[in-house]
Amino acid sequence: MSAIEKSIFSPELAARFDKLVTLYPVKRSALIPMLLYAQDEVGYVSEAVIQEIAKRLDLFDLEVRSVLSYYSMLRTKPAGKFNIQVCTNISCMLRGGYEVLDHCKARLGIGHKQVTADGFFSLEEVECIGACCWAPAMQVNYDFHEELTPEKVDTILADYAAEKDAK
Amino acid sequence: MPRLVSHPDEKIVLKRRFGQGAASIDKYIALDGYKAVQTAIAKGAEAMPGWIIDTMKASGLRGRGGAGFPTGMKWSFVPKTSPKPKYVLVNGDESEPGTCKDHVLFLEDPHAVIEGTMIAGLAIGAKMGFIYLRGEYRYLLNIVERAVADAYAKGFLGKNIFGTPGLDFDIVTQTGAGAYEVGEESALMESLEGKRGVPRIKPPFPAVVGLYGGPTVINNAETIASAPHILLMGGEAYAALGSERNGGTRLFGVSGHVERPGVYELPMGYSLRKAIYEVAGGIKGGKQLKAVVPGGASCPVLCADEIDVGLDFDQMAKAGTMLGSGGIVVLDETVSIVEFALRTIKFYQHESCGWCIPCREGTDWIKKTLTRVYLDGGQKKDIDNVQYLAENMMGRTFCPLGDAAAMPTLGFVKKFRKEFEDYIEGKKAGTPLMTTEGNAEHELVGAEH
Repeated sequence: MSAIEKSIFSPELAARFDKLVTLYPVKRSALIPMLLYAQDEVGYVSEAVIQEIAKRLDLFDLEVRSVLSYYSMLRTKPAGKFNIQVCTNISCMLRGGYEVLDHCKARLGIGHKQVTADGFFSLEEVECIGACCWAPAMQVNYDFHEELTPEKVDTILADYAAEKDAK
Repeated sequence: MPRLVSHPDEKIVLKRRFGQGAASIDKYIALDGYKAVQTAIAKGAEAMPGWIIDTMKASGLRGRGGAGFPTGMKWSFVPKTSPKPKYVLVNGDESEPGTCKDHVLFLEDPHAVIEGTMIAGLAIGAKMGFIYLRGEYRYLLNIVERAVADAYAKGFLGKNIFGTPGLDFDIVTQTGAGAYEVGEESALMESLEGKRGVPRIKPPFPAVVGLYGGPTVINNAETIASAPHILLMGGEAYAALGSERNGGTRLFGVSGHVERPGVYELPMGYSLRKAIYEVAGGIKGGKQLKAVVPGGASCPVLCADEIDVGLDFDQMAKAGTMLGSGGIVVLDETVSIVEFALRTIKFYQHESCGWCIPCREGTDWIKKTLTRVYLDGGQKKDIDNVQYLAENMMGRTFCPLGDAAAMPTLGFVKKFRKEFEDYIEGKKAGTPLMTTEGNAEHELVGAEH
């Protein structure tokens, strides 16, 4: 039984949150992980997510929003099912990061922080993702793809698109 | 998956378990894992903290996050008794552009980080440690979480660790959610307390008032992972691998225009020239070297004729730059320094947390001014303005990230002033890499991002 009645989250996630708040000396420490896991499940940090997390941590909604707006990975609007994050920071830039970004834009027909009409892909130009020695690199959701070329990007996108066609 | 690389000049300490499946606890144990922490515990409760700290001091290990503070000394600053609980905080929020060493460490040897966290905890009398990874490293968090669970299952973590009555140690792991600033130690503590990642004023230092107000040791993941190796091999033996006052080895990530980019473990003091031309295989495609950003994006640039310098904290400082996080970014002759400087400040402008005005406004105005130069609207006085802005950021912020933005900017405009002047006159060096989509400024500067 979840600590919250009528949780908006799946029973598994609600149980995970019940446990998460007990791990830290101070309950509020669970806030950032909770926002991330909620976003993973719901797709973005919705008003309902903010309200339930605030309730679970005995915070005002405003306090949750204040933290939420600070972190670049947290979003208040839905992204695509597969969010493509292309790094263009220095190490990636030197090895073709912008070429990869432009290629993704052309292939998907969308720009920075936009979502394809079918909601399947979204695209973001991001700062360093910690894959400098395997540049250029991008992440699709949490998966890393490294040493990219436009051809390699095509294969990767096709692999994800195949998931859509399978449905 | 990150590709592992090697070179005969490497001195292998941290990398000794890489590529051997040491994320599995049994494999880690078979490769001398959890031996160091048990050796420490066997010294007995009285002697243990002193033995650990003395060994760490003798090792000459200095913080691998970038500041290079002696680790043993840092641990010794924590008061012996404290009314509030003490904590160990492992900084795995690796975000300095050019740096991906901790990425490989968490992937290949997560138990070394866990064992190091325990050792730091035993040294200062903490019962709890936190391992905080950057948000983008979710797959690595999964690996570390699995490793922590395995350590609990073996009785290495939790109550009465290794069967020692009264000796408890817990580890909590989590990620951030995307913020460079959180790599700064006080901002990291704020973030871990569930707040916006803004820095705290110092003093008091974390060793006295840290996480939840308790005395806290906070170290970079590589620093922490070095501890078990040091206890096993002895402080003096570790120190002897490096150079004067710079003990041991460290992981260097060589990226950019080299033939064999990768994470290499080199002794402290190793030649930067050799790291580029021998270890990393030289400049890609046989081109000429133009410049090197030697320790992550915040370090002042070195010109092609300034690379005969040893890779340790003191020699790099003498050369007017920093060893930083060990991320060596190599630029060949085709790079436009004007563009590279703009891309660098664009990052810092995006990541400035906004807490301190000199950093928030300084990074923004430098970006705007360099954007104007880049888009052919520059005037000569813009170069002076950029320098003036950067100089006025130095030392005027709570955390070192104001300096981190100012220092590379000053390096670029001072060492490559002629290139900026020529650019403004229409004589552009290098091949552009950034794409601007019809010169839309907001696109170029990533204002939305």
